[in-house]
Amino acid sequence: MPSGIARSVHCRREGLSLTDRRTTDSATPAAPVTEAVTIEADAHVDAPALEMRGITKRYPGVVANDRIDLEVRPGEIHALLGENGAGKSTLMNILYGLATPDEGQVLLDGREVRIKGPSDAIAQGISMVHQHFMLVPVLSVAENIMLGEELTSIPGFLDTKAASARIRDLSQRFGFDIDPEERVGRLSVGSQQRVEILKALYRDARILVLDEPTAVLTPQETTEIFGVLKRLAAEGHSIIFISHKLYEVLELADRITVIRRGKVVGSRTPAETNENELAELMVGRAVSLVVDRGESHPGDPMLSIDRLTVRNDRGRETVHELSLEVRAGEILGIAGVAGNGQDELVEAVVGLRKPTQGTIRLDGVDITAEGARSLHQLGVSYVPADRHRFGLVLSYPLTDNLVLTDYYGPPYARGFVRNERAIRAQAVEAIARFDVRTPSADVAAGTLSGGNQQKLVVAREFDRDLKLLVLDQPTRGLDVGSIEFIHRQAIQKRDAGTAILLVSAELDEVLELSDRVGVMYRGRLVEILDGRTADREHVGLLMATGGREKVSAES
Amino acid sequence: MEVIQGIPVIGILVGLVVYLSEVVLLNGPIIVALAAPLALGAMCGVMNERSGVVNIGIEGMMLTSAFVGWFVASSVAQAFPAEPHPFFGATPALVAGLIGALLAGMTLSAVHAWLSISVRADQIISGTIINIAAVGITGYINLLLTQSSPPTAGKFQNFRPPSELNDIPVLGDLLRAVLAQGPITMSAIVLAILLQIWLFRSRWGLRTRAVGEHPKAAETVGISVIALRYRNVIIGGVFAGLAGAWFTLDFGNSFQSGMTNGRGFIALAALIFGRWHPLGAYGAALLFAYASSLGIAIRTSPPAGSLGDILTSIPPQVFSALPYIVTIVVLAGVVGRSIPPASVGRPYEKEAST
Amino acid sequence: MIARAGRALILPASALVLALVVGAIFVIASSPLITGEVDWNLPLVAYLALVKGSLGSVSGWIETLVNATPLILAGLSVGLCFKAGLFNIGAQGQALVGALAAAAAGAAVAGSPPVVAIPIALAAGFLAGGLYGLIPGALKAFTGAHEVVVTIMLNYVAIQIIAWAITGPLQAPGASFARSPDVGSARLPTILATAGHELHAGVLLALVAVPIIYWILARSTVGFEIRTVGANPDAARYAGMRPRFLTMLTMSAGGVLAGLAGSAQILGVTGYMPAAYATNVGFDAITVALLGRAHPVGILFAALLLGGLRAGAPAMQIEAGIPVQMIDVLQAVMLFFLTADIIVRRIFRLRKVEGGVDELQTVSRTYGGQTTAP
Repeated sequence: MPSGIARSVHCRREGLSLTDRRTTDSATPAAPVTEAVTIEADAHVDAPALEMRGITKRYPGVVANDRIDLEVRPGEIHALLGENGAGKSTLMNILYGLATPDEGQVLLDGREVRIKGPSDAIAQGISMVHQHFMLVPVLSVAENIMLGEELTSIPGFLDTKAASARIRDLSQRFGFDIDPEERVGRLSVGSQQRVEILKALYRDARILVLDEPTAVLTPQETTEIFGVLKRLAAEGHSIIFISHKLYEVLELADRITVIRRGKVVGSRTPAETNENELAELMVGRAVSLVVDRGESHPGDPMLSIDRLTVRNDRGRETVHELSLEVRAGEILGIAGVAGNGQDELVEAVVGLRKPTQGTIRLDGVDITAEGARSLHQLGVSYVPADRHRFGLVLSYPLTDNLVLTDYYGPPYARGFVRNERAIRAQAVEAIARFDVRTPSADVAAGTLSGGNQQKLVVAREFDRDLKLLVLDQPTRGLDVGSIEFIHRQAIQKRDAGTAILLVSAELDEVLELSDRVGVMYRGRLVEILDGRTADREHVGLLMATGGREKVSAES
Repeated sequence: MEVIQGIPVIGILVGLVVYLSEVVLLNGPIIVALAAPLALGAMCGVMNERSGVVNIGIEGMMLTSAFVGWFVASSVAQAFPAEPHPFFGATPALVAGLIGALLAGMTLSAVHAWLSISVRADQIISGTIINIAAVGITGYINLLLTQSSPPTAGKFQNFRPPSELNDIPVLGDLLRAVLAQGPITMSAIVLAILLQIWLFRSRWGLRTRAVGEHPKAAETVGISVIALRYRNVIIGGVFAGLAGAWFTLDFGNSFQSGMTNGRGFIALAALIFGRWHPLGAYGAALLFAYASSLGIAIRTSPPAGSLGDILTSIPPQVFSALPYIVTIVVLAGVVGRSIPPASVGRPYEKEAST
Repeated sequence: MIARAGRALILPASALVLALVVGAIFVIASSPLITGEVDWNLPLVAYLALVKGSLGSVSGWIETLVNATPLILAGLSVGLCFKAGLFNIGAQGQALVGALAAAAAGAAVAGSPPVVAIPIALAAGFLAGGLYGLIPGALKAFTGAHEVVVTIMLNYVAIQIIAWAITGPLQAPGASFARSPDVGSARLPTILATAGHELHAGVLLALVAVPIIYWILARSTVGFEIRTVGANPDAARYAGMRPRFLTMLTMSAGGVLAGLAGSAQILGVTGYMPAAYATNVGFDAITVALLGRAHPVGILFAALLLGGLRAGAPAMQIEAGIPVQMIDVLQAVMLFFLTADIIVRRIFRLRKVEGGVDELQTVSRTYGGQTTAP
């Protein structure tokens, strides 16, 4: 072996031992090769399929990527692990041409390439499946896939038939069941993801990048997509997938590179590591993966929902005769893949949407027809999933955001006149108490980081006597520190006697926090389990299939 | 036309329906002509909004093009007088004027494109600025010029369809309505058809629609959203230029201050009513043109009997206001059900941060 | 706070300077048509005449203030609506309708004592304007129809309403041209007069409106709600504010202010309404609101500026031969530079400048009937 390149013939599932930091100029040879099984390794091609060297990217105020090295071999599934904001997406955006690096090089098969935009990347055989799908809902599958790479019969005019034929071909080869004529907007989320993968295959991609591919999938769909990815790898495609989910990464990847704060902090194979070590690498300190929520002491039922039916904006019924109960001093977590009616359920409970049937009771009082403001006055608080929509006014200062729900009455206003001093005083106090990092109380909320924005919302919503607290995806997109903080605050509220309704697409979060776990599927509550004994697999199955029994009474 | 005795109200309603249909046949040619600037303006709107750019400056673009077209034609006619050519009565002056109008439309569109796409200003404010500028600048120059009163360059002459058409009932009238028109009016229907095909069957049409709905998706497959928007907005200026030229080179032959009179905005309503489809917009334009012509029809050839009395007693201003009122009704009834391209009005930011 | 006001002034001031430069180019280019040859000094003559005509004498000041009065009120109308995320291009129609109502009511109470007549006429004016503004507000609130096209249509409808009214029921008998009867004692009293120029009390109305609107927006709960609906309608809904009601309220309030603008003109300047009543107050109000960055004090100064320009324009036409439409050209160019603030920044070597037009709440986001926050 040439000493300048630490090369190993890749052998999947045999587990090679690697050093922590991979450098291409170190003379450290790899550990002895065990079984030399080459996969389409041309004798001349001894360079990795993809190499990124010394990639550095700076944005104002932050170094998103700091001299990152990455190496991916042909036919390898390589995971990029890191928490939100670590820089994984930036690195892949650079690879795909959506961003340009300040320093560093990208090499494909040993040759340096310059990728200035997605068309360059596509031409080089790199395709990316983004976390939020880049599909046009009103166009058909065929139109979406051929966009940018259109087949034309008469010059300038689309040849949809030929494109559809090719798509059907590819579709069959991989066992997808996609109709090229169907409008993308009508497809399920799992199918849409397959369309994205078809987009890549249609362009003969050799390197496939997937950004958080399982964020919107049920555990069942996740298993299916893993199978697809392994097949693709077996055929020689290189796959990079970005994730923050430890168990997935361990299950799927051949190699894992951990990124923290823009730097590579370690590279492992699944065989030589475990969840705890990976978590520690990700965060930089020992992390207890489970918050000790302690015993709950539930009291009387606080929130009673009886046969609730709600329609969405399009008029479709997305909540069907749903009944549940949350007692004071307990956390009821609703697990479920996004889009099964949770949004409408939450909006009905907090007064942002009128149900068409059924009743909602708070502490015995019928609140079905009440609006958001009266519910707030009755002791209901809401931490919304989309804090930029319902939670904050980004252009307003922190002071105004903190009184968004209380601005109209004493002490913040008398009649029509606002009391600026009182508003400011409470803001200063709340910011300190909830550890919101900000230069002052007067800056616009939009200047805060995601974690601090959420803490601001929490400060406003948690900081009073509450009967019911509704949490919707409360920690999505946040760093570990903020997540811990919010989870602890929630448990504190529970222990103080508040009833908490938690809705989250993160199964781990639900299992970690909830005293009781419910699963929502197609608008119905499928089953309610005890939080201490709920089995992950079982819940995942319910999320995916809805169980055999339809609506069951509370267990 | 009989009024059914004993049931006068129903009789009047029946008579009204009959009369309204008669107006269509009677005024066929003028309705098609009046629809042309609306349709062309709507097509300018299609090019803009299908790409994701709001353009309410169509009115200003039309006014400026009308002025420039007239001005160039008059100047050239003074320098190079010529006999009208049998093809639509064209002269070098008229052709020059037409080209000037198109260039004016494209120039203003380029300004709007720059403000909307590169500067990322609010697109409605950008369009409003174009409207204000158009009124101000054309008014100013027009005033300066009328002191020296240049002669008119005349206008394009209408196509004369074969006289055999007069013998064919109904279909003959309809064909005559479409064919006995000046070149710009005829171009409106032709362009509507071409644009419809282009938008839904061609490669560039697909890319345009994708950019209008989900620009980020288009960018990730290698399409330059910014380049496409610039190109489409400027091509839209060609349609606005044609619409403006219609006023001073096809339908009329002189320029008056503010002569477009809000038709650029009615074109927007036609666009929305037609669901951003070129042919749909053309149909909506015909509807609005019909509303415009109704007032004149009632004054010049009212129906007989009590229906006629009722109609002629309505003040003429009601009919003058009719197209604008119809526009409001259309907008109120249709918006919400008629969904524009999803990215319309939102400036596009290319490089997203971490 | 002075420093902040200063920073906010940079962009409008620079836009004005650049507009004057472009205007000068226009003037030079037009000079052959006026004097027969290219006259490089003409801009100087023109601008000096402008200044002299507006600020050089008491009568100039009076004309400036008289012109500024409707601009302040209509500018506040547009600016208030901007704060709610609405674009009130309909100030023109609302002013016309308000003027008509004031003329009609004034004519009806022409014989009564002024103490009674003036309030009645003014009330008619602002109520009519308020109703005319409610129409697009209600349409927007309940059907999502964007106020831009609706109000523009209503502007044209208003012209027809006035034409019908004044050639019909409101026609003054025996007049030499079609006009409404004189409003008699409903005329606003004169505060100051000199050499044929009269300053009417309407200016007081306008000046009082400025602090009132400022206080409402900055200090009151209603103002907070209006601004929140403009900034983020979803958050406003969660906060218990009622976006529909606020949309209608704001558009009505805009109509009230614009109606007052029109009424002040009729009751203060002419005393009657001619059938061919023409006014540019709609576009002028937009310019004033954008120049003043939708802030009441900014609007006040912008209105004085534009009012002064229009006051000096006749002098410019006499001394330099430049048509008064030059002010429209200057207006458009100023707006262009306000919006294209990067040009200003490049030329004057400024960093990110406060006062850009796109810092206003964007009005385009509800164009297609969408209601989501940006």
